[in-house]
Amino acid sequence: MNDTVGIVIVSHSKDIAKGTADMVRQMVGSEVKVAFCGGNPDGGLGTNVSLIIDAINDAWSAKGVAILVDLGGAETNSEMAVEMLEPERRKMVVVCNAPIVEGAVMAATEAAGGSSLEQVRAVAEELTAG
Amino acid sequence: MLETSADGPFITGKVRLVHAVGMHARPAVKLTKLAKRFQAQISIRASETADWINAKSVAKVMALRAPRDSVIEIKAHGEDAEAAVAALIDLVATDFPDTGA
Repeated sequence: MNDTVGIVIVSHSKDIAKGTADMVRQMVGSEVKVAFCGGNPDGGLGTNVSLIIDAINDAWSAKGVAILVDLGGAETNSEMAVEMLEPERRKMVVVCNAPIVEGAVMAATEAAGGSSLEQVRAVAEELTAG
Repeated sequence: MLETSADGPFITGKVRLVHAVGMHARPAVKLTKLAKRFQAQISIRASETADWINAKSVAKVMALRAPRDSVIEIKAHGEDAEAAVAALIDLVATDFPDTGA
């Protein structure tokens, strides 16, 4: 089986991040690597750059990683996490402009077929293009 | 069923949607994933008057919102078109079983 693009889910809430990851695994299957993170170290709401980097590493694939985020800081912290990766890995990670749940399911469906990172991102972003 | 058009032969088929809630999220994901395993161009529609949509686009398949008992039409064009139509008909007719994939 060819490698598939990995999916990272970043929410302010760990429950939302985990629930979204569960939906992806149950609806799409286990052939796509999915990692998630959410909440701050005290158990409250928030996002954290080092946890996002860990999630990117967990979902890492030779084909790259697509990140789905919820609000504001999830996006800026994800961008910061991408900036902190080694230059050659940095260009293989994208933050998708898509709703977190729908985008994650659609991105993973596209990834499962062995599509490239750009195709995966385009499918996730189809929802916002309309 | 075989049809021909200016683009060459199309394999076509029809199947009734027996899934209790119609073509919702999970069936749409399964249909799209299966369609992507084939090289053929595959289109589907849920009524004779609707536009054909790309069966490999999960967003479009989900947006079909086909209710239970709709007849899904499938047409495919390409080398493995026949196998693709047969596989998709089987998926819908068997109510989108979990394959454990």
